[in-house]
Amino acid sequence: MTLPAKEKILSILATDCGSTTTKAILIEKRDGEYRLIVRGEAPTTVEAPFEDVTRGVLNAIMEVEELAGRPLLDGDNIIHPQQGNRGVDVYISTSSAGGGLQMMVCGVVKNMSAESAQRAALGAGAIVMDVIASNDSRLPHEKIRRIRQLRPDMLLLSGGVDGGTTQHVAALAELISAAEPKARLGAGYELPVIYAGNVDARELVKERLEAKTALTITENLRPTMDRENWRPASDTIHELFLTHVMAHAPGYKKLMAMSEVPIMPTPGAVGLIMQTIAALEKINVVGVDIGGATTDVFSVFGETFNRTVSANLGMSYSVSNVLAEAGIPNVMRWVPVNMEEVDLRNRIKNKMIRPTTIPQTLEELMVEQAIAREALRLAFEQHKALAVGLRGGQQARTISDMFDQTETGATLVNMADLDLLVGSGGVLSHAPRRQQAALMMIDAFLPEFVTKLAVDSIFMMPQLGVLSTVHDVAALQVFHRDCLIHLGTCVAPVGSSKDGKDCMKVTLTAGGASRSAEVKAGDILVLPLAVGEKGTLRIGLDRNYDMGAGKGKDRAVEVTGGVVGVILDARGRRPFSLPADPAGRVACLARWNKALDIYPAY
Amino acid sequence: MAHAYIPGLRVTDYMTFEVERRLPLKGRVLVQKGQVVTAETVVARTELPGNVIPVNLANQLGVPAADVEGTLIKPIGSSVQKDEVFARVKTMFGLMSQSAKSPANGVLESISSVTGQVILREPPMPVEVDAYVNGTVKDVIPDEGVTIEAKGAFIQGIFGIGGETRGTLKMLVSSPSEVAAPEKLDASVKGCVVVVGAYVSNDFLNRAIQAGASAVVAGGIDDKDLRDFLGYDLGVAITGHEEMGITVLVTEGFGHMPIAERTFRLLKALDGKVVSVNGATQIRAGVMRPEILCPLDGPILENQVHASAEEGLKAGANVRVIRQPYFGKLGTVVSLPAELQMLETEAHVRVVEVEFGDGSGKKTLPRANVEMIET
Repeated sequence: MTLPAKEKILSILATDCGSTTTKAILIEKRDGEYRLIVRGEAPTTVEAPFEDVTRGVLNAIMEVEELAGRPLLDGDNIIHPQQGNRGVDVYISTSSAGGGLQMMVCGVVKNMSAESAQRAALGAGAIVMDVIASNDSRLPHEKIRRIRQLRPDMLLLSGGVDGGTTQHVAALAELISAAEPKARLGAGYELPVIYAGNVDARELVKERLEAKTALTITENLRPTMDRENWRPASDTIHELFLTHVMAHAPGYKKLMAMSEVPIMPTPGAVGLIMQTIAALEKINVVGVDIGGATTDVFSVFGETFNRTVSANLGMSYSVSNVLAEAGIPNVMRWVPVNMEEVDLRNRIKNKMIRPTTIPQTLEELMVEQAIAREALRLAFEQHKALAVGLRGGQQARTISDMFDQTETGATLVNMADLDLLVGSGGVLSHAPRRQQAALMMIDAFLPEFVTKLAVDSIFMMPQLGVLSTVHDVAALQVFHRDCLIHLGTCVAPVGSSKDGKDCMKVTLTAGGASRSAEVKAGDILVLPLAVGEKGTLRIGLDRNYDMGAGKGKDRAVEVTGGVVGVILDARGRRPFSLPADPAGRVACLARWNKALDIYPAY
Repeated sequence: MAHAYIPGLRVTDYMTFEVERRLPLKGRVLVQKGQVVTAETVVARTELPGNVIPVNLANQLGVPAADVEGTLIKPIGSSVQKDEVFARVKTMFGLMSQSAKSPANGVLESISSVTGQVILREPPMPVEVDAYVNGTVKDVIPDEGVTIEAKGAFIQGIFGIGGETRGTLKMLVSSPSEVAAPEKLDASVKGCVVVVGAYVSNDFLNRAIQAGASAVVAGGIDDKDLRDFLGYDLGVAITGHEEMGITVLVTEGFGHMPIAERTFRLLKALDGKVVSVNGATQIRAGVMRPEILCPLDGPILENQVHASAEEGLKAGANVRVIRQPYFGKLGTVVSLPAELQMLETEAHVRVVEVEFGDGSGKKTLPRANVEMIET
């Protein structure tokens, strides 16, 4: 398929091949504007019996055809360019199917070059299976065994600042060489290895790895202690992903032939969109994309973009691992009905073994949303641990830094500075009621002070991310009009006291009208404020609570409306807690669910 | 006409199946195309490179990395025995010497003048791959393995643990919803693949190991029992490597679940026959389900329609519900409405209308919650 000139593009078909579901959207230019027309989906078919990702793609497109009422396919081929009512002008795709891009990274110092390499791999959309560092606690033969066992799609080796010592990098290269690593897919091809370390060690690395691996050398991703430069390494990862990894996954050669635009790893595409939002609106953003196998968290604070992927936290393939990592009590604390542990465990495991099924009863939905909260919480914890300042470099420290106890390597994710929290992925985008998505995000991320909330309406951020590389105008028009659903604003003071004690008294003024409310500790309340409306919220605080101006200090803040409204969360922060006894927990959750009208009567 | 692809588990009394038997690394294929093999025939053999042990000679002997090569008293490529001295350096004008001993039997593979490391490789480990089922070698993958073709019964389970095993299939229950009493695990089950009905517990599995059963086939298992049996909470469904002394194959899912009627009927027909079982499950890219294979001379059941699940879901297709609230029920597709419909959860999804065979009438279900079956 050849790409027509931008101004001639009237229709765009975009697919995202997830690990569970393949989603297709049809965008058309109508009355001078690009709009989403319909969306279809079908199970992903990387697995047997088809083992061909294009079957799922074609099935999803067939659903789009059916819903749009116009032909897009001629047999197994996409009709292009658009001819009258038939076909589309552009076809694009992203993919995280087949386990996504699985990488191992190696660096000399765990908290420095190895961490930078990890960020580079994650930034490119990879799942990092393991980080090998010269100074991690494992013995050399254990590292070798690990490299041999894991069979990644690709390996990224870094280490040393430019001009620094070369010995440790050479030692790492020797470990890799001794392990003779094999690639995950395709027995017959050499494992792609990217070297992005000290320039002086390039020859040493070549001598050790060129004969045994498909070695690519790129710029040092940590050229000096205080600078990261992971763009060239990320670009190389993306290129090798297409030429090596995708080419060996079932059906991807066919998929690549269907599109003129390179297939992008799904997280890379979502990251692009997140950065676009932050840049356009000059705000700090945290985004989350919770999938079937993995959960990605993106953050943009100031100029710094970070992405992490929690490879084994997800809602279908990885659902059981959420339970294993969080533990039964943490999952159970979000289940708003009485349920035996045996029952909860079996429900979660049954989802694991039949990952494409969906909840049909309310109780099943409640269990899925309970586990989603824990998947999101754990993924965010992991993100905060990796989204940190550069360690190892010297920093100018002021007196206030010393009082704040800040240090190099502190997390960059500060909930008090967060402006917008965006959720994406099936469990959030397809939550039957939008307030369910809002409460899941609040419970998992515990935003503080004033935070806007939004969800991706029908989980189309990946497609729009890749579209932005081809037609930025179309991507932004669809993003603003059809993609982002503004849920409203969460107002959450930091502090806690006994349930029923005073927390805040508020007055919301919007559109010339005012409305007052009192929220007691342990409660949550919604004040309606429509999409697109802005208002001023005057908050009178109890002395145990802080809204950013100090404990007990009143504040007036601007709040933005949404389909849910202004959510006043007085359930407490630092700590936030739930009753430990089952009856108290069920009653407490029922009260909150009722306040936000989360579920139909149950 | 509307149709959709729905993955389903294969359960059939007679089909041609191919089993790929591949070495983890290149090696030697020991059989030829067309050769008839038994399950026990070794079809390919290789040697896995031995473990690698880096020895930092520069540190051990206190010499610069660039000088370590000169300390070797056995050249690179030589074999060394555990505790054998392979490098030595003299200090104090030759009055004193320090030496390095080999930490294991192996070969001195390489030396680095940058890091001062010697790489010692332990002896290779032999690996053999057998045919797994009685059949014929259909294809030889040069240096890697073979494809064995056989005809017979093929049953996919939903989840399993433990690797490949074989044994005589033995029914311990007479109906799919029955649960076998532990007393049935007597001396007669030694080496057998036992079918134990709707449920298997941790206690039962441990008794089955003691009795020497090679595999257990059950409709369901409680996750709590699985955790107790394995000793850990199973996170990601990638199994097959467990060394529990038994292979477990679950046909339906977690909880008490009667074995599907058609699966049970087929298992019953295979009673007394030698079957190959593999519990390996991988519910992620390149999905793998546990399986029972039994080579046969011809169909073993009557009235079997060998339809293919690959034809897609359409009106008249036989399906089974794979999620609550109708989990396990069998029915026939009445229609596949194009419009999205609302569920109890208030979600709007693509649905399928199914007429249940038990007289409970027509129900509307999410398409995602049914699987195609062959009757």
